[in-house]
Amino acid sequence: MLYDLRMSISYDYPGAASSARHLLRLLPAQISGLQHVSAQRMQVRPKPVEWLEGTDFFGNRTVEVALDQPHEESLFEIAARVERFGPGRLLDVSPRLEDLPRDLALHQSLEPEAPHHFLGSSPRISPHPEMTAYAHEVAEGSATVLELVLRLGERIHADFDFDPEATEVDTPALTAFERRHGVCQDFTHVMISCLRGVGVPAGYVSGFLRTVPPEGQPRLEGADAMHAWVRCWCGHQAGWVEYDPTNAQQVRRDHIVIAYGRDYGDIAPVKGMMRLAGDHSTTQSVDVIPLE
Amino acid sequence: MEGQQADPLQRFLSGYAPPAGVPDELLDGRGAVRPVWTDFISRLAAMSPERLETRISHGDQYLRDAGVYFRRYGPADASRRDWPLSHIPLLISEEDWTEISAGLVERAELLEKIVADIYGENRLVSHGHLPASLVAHNAEWLRPLVGVKPRSGKFLHFVAFDIGRGPEGNWWVLGDRTQAPSGAGFAVENRIATSRVYSDIFASAGIPRLAGFFREFRDTLMAMRETGESRIGILTPGQMNETYFEHAYIARYLGFTLLEGDDLAVQNGRLMIRTVDGFQPISVLWRRLDAAWVDPLELREGSQLGTPGLLRAVREGNLTMVNALGVGILETRALMAFLPRLSEVLAGKPLRLPNIATWWCGQDSERAYVRENAERMTLGDAFSTGLLYETGDVTPPSTGFSDWIERKGAGLVGQEKVRLSTAPALIDGELQPRPMSLRVFLARTREGWTVMPGGFARIGQSASSNVVAMQKGGRVADVWVHARGSDTEESIAAPARGTVARTPPGALPSRAADNLYWLGRYVERSEYLVRLLRAHHARLAESDAPGGPLLRLVAAHLKGYRCDPREAVPEGLIDTIRAAHGSAGHVGDRFSVDGTLALADLERTAIGFSNRVQTGDDATRAMSVLLRKLNGFAGLVHDNMYRFTGWRFLSLGRALERAANTSACLVAFADPIAPAGSLDMALEIADSVMTHHRRYTVSTNRETVVDLLGLDALNPRSILCQFNDIEGHLEHLPGTGEHRPMSPLSRAVLRARTDLALQTPSTLDTTCLTRLKDEIADMSDQLTLAYLG
Repeated sequence: MLYDLRMSISYDYPGAASSARHLLRLLPAQISGLQHVSAQRMQVRPKPVEWLEGTDFFGNRTVEVALDQPHEESLFEIAARVERFGPGRLLDVSPRLEDLPRDLALHQSLEPEAPHHFLGSSPRISPHPEMTAYAHEVAEGSATVLELVLRLGERIHADFDFDPEATEVDTPALTAFERRHGVCQDFTHVMISCLRGVGVPAGYVSGFLRTVPPEGQPRLEGADAMHAWVRCWCGHQAGWVEYDPTNAQQVRRDHIVIAYGRDYGDIAPVKGMMRLAGDHSTTQSVDVIPLE
Repeated sequence: MEGQQADPLQRFLSGYAPPAGVPDELLDGRGAVRPVWTDFISRLAAMSPERLETRISHGDQYLRDAGVYFRRYGPADASRRDWPLSHIPLLISEEDWTEISAGLVERAELLEKIVADIYGENRLVSHGHLPASLVAHNAEWLRPLVGVKPRSGKFLHFVAFDIGRGPEGNWWVLGDRTQAPSGAGFAVENRIATSRVYSDIFASAGIPRLAGFFREFRDTLMAMRETGESRIGILTPGQMNETYFEHAYIARYLGFTLLEGDDLAVQNGRLMIRTVDGFQPISVLWRRLDAAWVDPLELREGSQLGTPGLLRAVREGNLTMVNALGVGILETRALMAFLPRLSEVLAGKPLRLPNIATWWCGQDSERAYVRENAERMTLGDAFSTGLLYETGDVTPPSTGFSDWIERKGAGLVGQEKVRLSTAPALIDGELQPRPMSLRVFLARTREGWTVMPGGFARIGQSASSNVVAMQKGGRVADVWVHARGSDTEESIAAPARGTVARTPPGALPSRAADNLYWLGRYVERSEYLVRLLRAHHARLAESDAPGGPLLRLVAAHLKGYRCDPREAVPEGLIDTIRAAHGSAGHVGDRFSVDGTLALADLERTAIGFSNRVQTGDDATRAMSVLLRKLNGFAGLVHDNMYRFTGWRFLSLGRALERAANTSACLVAFADPIAPAGSLDMALEIADSVMTHHRRYTVSTNRETVVDLLGLDALNPRSILCQFNDIEGHLEHLPGTGEHRPMSPLSRAVLRARTDLALQTPSTLDTTCLTRLKDEIADMSDQLTLAYLG
């Protein structure tokens, strides 16, 4: 599926920010066999005095910019044309949950793709007994790790309300879990935390959803802003599987990947502190238009 | 009786009974004094208790005068505590020291190899010598630094080890300190204090000095600078840190610049200091800040202590961090379980000094072993980087131990309970055995690792405890290494060679300039308030009518400075003194210790007064005491402080504040409609009564007072004199000079000075004075914009 996508994020500061340095993860990823970016453009206002492109530990594309003039507003815009090839139907080759540690132990590597990064605690996620217990209930009746992932995702989707007003960008996973509502980021953090609690490596994916659904299908939740979903390691053979708990579906051709990380903290689209600036407000707009 | 008198040593040691089961440093297994202690302990025994007490008080006096303190964190306070010196040094024989040194140098080499692999090729993981999860789940493994080679080629430059002597008499490593080891500066202070207590013994004992170690390390760091850079920086989290005193001390001792994250910025991949002379590059930072906090952009997001983009400078090879960012992973407690094996793999031999036996519960057989042998172990957090005895252990539940250990798994580590040897401590005048551990420091020089000949010993609080943490009430002792033929006459200064070469002063960081400026202002404001309050209370004492017009006017003026005139020592005054003390605390490396102590004393005295002094006469006397202390401080600063740029900012603060206060004083008390007695009041507050008497034959009238306090350039209290001083200082600040275009600041000063100089006593009326106050405020704003922002 071929898409044209546009996004703009703007920040307003109550007083002028004197200078700033930002680390941006906004550009769609180039993923061999799954996602091809054929054209892209990025603009930052005010005009940066430094512009450095790079790659982070997980292989995500980064742009570091420095703004040195006082400014009351900053604006980040991207436009890109992306072709997305969906993974085929999955054959369940994942192991039983109790056999997953054996697969993990065989994996003696710290490469970015290694599952070890995606267990235990990360900047914004620590496994919690209540979430672990919730995941264990689902695990009881699941024959394989993949089945556990799918059933857990459906369970979360059924138990939680999508509510853009309920949480903010730094709401902890536990709060969202206790209140049983949130946005895609919360659904994703909760599911990651649950999976790690029962020993399944799980990470965070940031990206976009197509804005207009195919004919006859409902519009997906989370399409009007940046989206997030889960990536889980289902054993040596099955490898990484992506799942969108907000919409209770496996990720195929409606999702476009920007970045992979352990949680939101690793892949926040715009990072950077303001010197001498107080609270700021953000607006975001996203358009993902299928061309076929 | 006769026998005891004949043997003072026996008498001195009569109450000294080391516990069974562990060696004692002083006495051997048969109760005889070990050779290394013989001379010291005999001379100690020969001293009368009174004499010893006097000497000990000399050592403590030194520490107080030097302002040595550390912060203790508690739920309610993080107050400064005096440094807990144990007055008996720990003596170590040359044989012991040789073995310790060789073992620790090997260990430092091993740690370097491990960390280079963890951030490099990762062969230890891929070959199965180190579990991937131990690294991947470790908060100290900093992913943004994976694959980054340090600019210096090495990760470790300065490390410390905690070691202790076990039951069999051999030394064990208890902990590795690689992140930002503290205590080297305290070791120097311990040494100075202890050598004062035992000056004669120390002089003849042949104990190697510590200075050579620091000089070599300093020279090594200096050689790492880029050409043209003046200074090495010490990166500190700031004065609320537990060991800030030490950061400032080391900076002063080595001539390094003390910096906080906010002092720094990154430009085009280079780290820069914000100075009063613009951005200046720096390429070597000795950090006392944990790595996670140094860059909010790529590491801990919420950090207020760091510098956005700092990792960029590291990655581009423009910045050497001592030690490299990420080496904190070497402190991980569970890593100790793997070190014996890693030594075999990487060095091809066993550890020369073993570390405390450790089992990581992330592995099945080790977990089983811990489960079976838990009573012989201390259980702790596997990923903790704190020392076991400092951070406390994990307490297992009373039931369901097996389940608990299975559930905790990889998060848990078991370490063998080791009883440590005892060393003598002086408790209530009696020598008593106390458990002891030792911190030893190593620095990498161009010739390789060198070991500080000394360090410090932690002495436990109670005889039974093996808890020797300082935060929990233990004490610290100097360490005397007995070495034959060592250099005992060193100091930190480089040996003189021919001509005297002055080190060019480094540019003053803006934040330091800001604090010095405000220090000048707050001290001057305190003095003004004290004079005002003294005059107020003197009149209150004389007058029967506190509601009289003059007293009402003074009361209103005081309220303008947030001082309640009904209080003898108003809270507003104490706040101002406290702010002065706080500003001095922020520039610990650039401001004299005596000056800071004088402010501490002033603050203490003012608070003491506020609890007991009555208004009127009593308060008048109290203000006189405070005034004398303030004058003492002014003398200290202005007679003794080196005339570098920092002194100019301090003086600018004082001059601006004095100009502002004198203007305010004239506005209030020299107004034509001010009540009777106001003019004399103004003269008294401005300390110009005597001068007025001498300069003018007439009695006080508005014109003479305004002339003397406003326009007389020879009166050091006058506004014009302040403006002249300010102009004089500005000429010496960076970015000014004859051929430069005028800055907004110079213009602001020139405008105000010209405005004032053109006035006569009759035209310098309240309107004009009020305008001057605004012009002074503008000067302060321009100064801040130009240099302090």
